[in-house]
Amino acid sequence: MSKSVIEMPPKGGFSFDLCKRNEMLAKKGVSPPSFRKTGTTIVGLIFQDGVILGADTRATEGPIVCDKNCEKIHYMAPNIYCCGAGTAADTEAVTDMVSSQLQLHRYHTGRESRVVTALTLLKRHLFNYQGYVSAALVLGGVDVTGPHLHTIYPHGSTDTLPFATMGSGSLAAMAVFESKYKEGLTRDEGIKLVTEAICSGIFNDLGSGSNVDICVITKGGKEYLRNHLQPNPRTYTSSKGYSFPKKTEVLLTKITPLKEKVEIIEGGDAMEE
Amino acid sequence: MNFMASKQPENFLLGPESDSQRTLYPYVTGTSVVALKYKDGILMAADMGGSYGSTLRYKNVERMKPIGKHSLLGASGEISDFQEILRYLDDLILYDNMWDDGNSLGPKEVHNYLTRLMYNRRNKFNPLWNSLVLGGVKKGEKYLGTVSMIGVNFEDNHVATGFGNHLARPILRQEWHENLSFEDGVKLLEKCMRVLLYRDRSAINKLQIAKITEEGVTISQPYSLKTYWEFSAFANPAQGAVGTW
Repeated sequence: MSKSVIEMPPKGGFSFDLCKRNEMLAKKGVSPPSFRKTGTTIVGLIFQDGVILGADTRATEGPIVCDKNCEKIHYMAPNIYCCGAGTAADTEAVTDMVSSQLQLHRYHTGRESRVVTALTLLKRHLFNYQGYVSAALVLGGVDVTGPHLHTIYPHGSTDTLPFATMGSGSLAAMAVFESKYKEGLTRDEGIKLVTEAICSGIFNDLGSGSNVDICVITKGGKEYLRNHLQPNPRTYTSSKGYSFPKKTEVLLTKITPLKEKVEIIEGGDAMEE
Repeated sequence: MNFMASKQPENFLLGPESDSQRTLYPYVTGTSVVALKYKDGILMAADMGGSYGSTLRYKNVERMKPIGKHSLLGASGEISDFQEILRYLDDLILYDNMWDDGNSLGPKEVHNYLTRLMYNRRNKFNPLWNSLVLGGVKKGEKYLGTVSMIGVNFEDNHVATGFGNHLARPILRQEWHENLSFEDGVKLLEKCMRVLLYRDRSAINKLQIAKITEEGVTISQPYSLKTYWEFSAFANPAQGAVGTW
């Protein structure tokens, strides 16, 4: 029998025990490490046949760009995708988690996932953590009830909109949407408008940059256009190309396939009690 | 232990009574001003709202005024400080006229004066809480500049203050070009003001557009912009799932 005191883990949410210590350290000049944010421009809009999501590809750690070409459009379900702004780890983890939950739900019900399901799962989780999970999301998809587009804020509130923008470049992108959006856009018009909005964020906001990612979701399926537009190529590349010194010479190539150790026996006896 | 020691006054350089003499926060404020250069001169737009914190207190505030013969000044921020600046500029123009030498202060000179004024006030920790836009035409040369409350000044083909920097300048960067006609310039400004009306909480739908050319300054009568609210997703956001929001 163990003598230990039963230390129950807290039921949910974060433990704030170290906050006082952190405050004291901050006063003494020890600053916490800066975390990786996707200071971002993410947008979504509803067009004739479905939803188009767009995102830039810059991830920042304080004032430094740590990833020039990251992926901000996350998979939730075959018919639902989610763009994430805020702390990169939070958006990745939360969308991964809800994506798994949706998969299990699909097995359980035998039906295609609905956007409102993903929405409810996300908002319940974020509200539970009272805004400390710093994930601002644009969720879009097409299900049996039609195309849907929602925004989800870190504290757990949601909006249903015909066009939405989030992230530090959201005002620049929203300026483009407010002046140019109309109902019943075709696929090409929609992609053009989303690209314009993301470019507005890339060029007018310091937290966004590099390339434009697009995802078009319709009843028929989805089209993930990674790096649809690359308006920031390397300025100076050597015209002669790059030559590297001579590598180690290859003398002999021999490939030995490994034999399968596991033999699958069909049938067999039922398990005994 | 350390709680007592950390109670040092933050502004020990400025003394205990100086707080009542310095501007610490704005009270009645105007929101963004947007301006651009076009073929014949400068076009500037500003709405007519004066907010008192979160209340819309005054709805007939003219935030653009002509200065001398060649310039037009638009301001956002504290309205009383704007009126003070107008008094300073009145004196400046008066002294200039008293020389009676056929020369008059152009927009570049007025902009320089305003920059010095704002920067010196900022150095005394008693700023004039405004962001100013100064535009004008003199001898065929168009000039458009801006000064902030801390003295940052520059000139450009299109400028905006406050929220206009975030919402209007991306549009202007994309769609402004040299030699805009008057109608195109007004349409572009209205596009910017409409986005500001939708997305800035302190904007009101009553604006004036001012034009300054070699001939002089014209400030339009107040009018309002048309807005569109009929998107179907706004009409019934709970379409997909009854009871959601």
